[in-house]
Amino acid sequence: MTQAAKTRWAQKDLLGLRDLSAAEIELILDTAKSFSEVSQREVKKVPVLRGKTVVNLFLEPSTRTRVSFELAEKRLSADTISMASGSSSMTKGESLWDTIANIEALKVDLIVMRHGSSGAPHRISHYTKCGIVNAGDGINEHPTQGLLDMFTLRELKGKIKGLKVVFVGDILHSRVARSNIWGLTKLGAEVVICGPKTLIPWGVEELGVKVIHEVKKALEGADAVTLLRIQMERQNETLFPSLREYASTFGLNLELFKYAKPDAILMHPGPVNRGVEIESALADSPQSYILKQVTNGIAVRMAVLYLLSGALKDEK
Amino acid sequence: MSLSEKQILDEGGIERVLARMSHEILERNQGTQDLVLIGIRTRGVFLARRLQQKLYEIEKPEVPVGILDITLYRDDLSEVGPKPEIRETDIPFNLKGKVVILVDDVLFTGRTIRAALDALIDFGRPKVIRLAVLVDRGHRELPVKADYVGKNVPTAFQDHVTIRLKETDGRDEAVISGGVKA
Repeated sequence: MTQAAKTRWAQKDLLGLRDLSAAEIELILDTAKSFSEVSQREVKKVPVLRGKTVVNLFLEPSTRTRVSFELAEKRLSADTISMASGSSSMTKGESLWDTIANIEALKVDLIVMRHGSSGAPHRISHYTKCGIVNAGDGINEHPTQGLLDMFTLRELKGKIKGLKVVFVGDILHSRVARSNIWGLTKLGAEVVICGPKTLIPWGVEELGVKVIHEVKKALEGADAVTLLRIQMERQNETLFPSLREYASTFGLNLELFKYAKPDAILMHPGPVNRGVEIESALADSPQSYILKQVTNGIAVRMAVLYLLSGALKDEK
Repeated sequence: MSLSEKQILDEGGIERVLARMSHEILERNQGTQDLVLIGIRTRGVFLARRLQQKLYEIEKPEVPVGILDITLYRDDLSEVGPKPEIRETDIPFNLKGKVVILVDDVLFTGRTIRAALDALIDFGRPKVIRLAVLVDRGHRELPVKADYVGKNVPTAFQDHVTIRLKETDGRDEAVISGGVKA
């Protein structure tokens, strides 16, 4: 029996890694390891969520996360519906509360939700019996991305405890960084964040991370480096002079990456902006595991949906 | 633990039973051609490895062993409650056209085997699937029958049949205990 076998999953929702214990995070990672084999089979489908209905409610543009969730659901044999903001009645003035109430009335089991406002899934979770999976809320959290980053890290390095993980880029607007910070610090990794002063959230050190503004210094001794995109769509004011200037100071290339450990791995949650935060040659180098992350994302999401489906209230 | 535990197979007994089953497997298959062993987690895996060793002692080449976790195919998953732990399935070879010997420790209701058959079909289309179990204790709830049986043991439905193996429990034996008195 593994350590995680002693932990039982009892939560209806996955809202963020902030709310999970280290043991719960490890349970998800262990479960995901078993699910990763399913996607390598000839028949990429297992009957675990047969008869369960999952709604993907994406109220903010998303392709990779939505596709990953949809594939995870289909490989678990769930019935799925995907709704986007543009095509839902929310454009006709329906509130989020009413939308959720309607989905619940359709006897749906799980709702995978992305929303532009931080905390939206947390609010909703109190008003519905459906299990809620946060697929990204504003600048708060993106728990399944954090989990898949940790899964990839653990798979390649064999452990998480004691690793030095560096995040470079727009930390201020990054829910990916926040989920990673909560999760990695709980599992005992050393987290360093690096970026322009205007893109580092105020008081972030209180979460147990180190802030280093100089890239070379931040990368020193790093086991893994995650690059984050500049989220222009979330910036209402000018936080740095230009993308070109950002690229020349914080853009990572093969030369700079040498400051990390020789066996350091490079990760990126996507979408990648080649020539801005990352040079093409580095993105395509053998040390880059960006596509491995994409593959692992399905297994992690399968694990989350599987575990949550066990905590649902049975009243049909 | 129940007080009234009765041994039905000791170390030597398990050894002899596996040796006989190995011969039966080879006799029926006319050798090791296309043969693969798939052990059902947990003890079925160790029994499959032992059969692999015995088969190898009788005839070469070595027969591959795969590991099957049937949790994802259980028929009670839709029931409420925390989900059971899922462990890895590892079948590193193609099952297409193979003679699969599915190995488990105890055959009881047949539900585990039903799940295992569904799982195996998702890995390809074997030529045949045969079932080998160390102990058949009866009380089937599904139309399942073993092809190779170590020992048939008449039991009451409430009885517990426990297989202990060195790999997991430190010793080799099969015991039966009365479920009611426990």
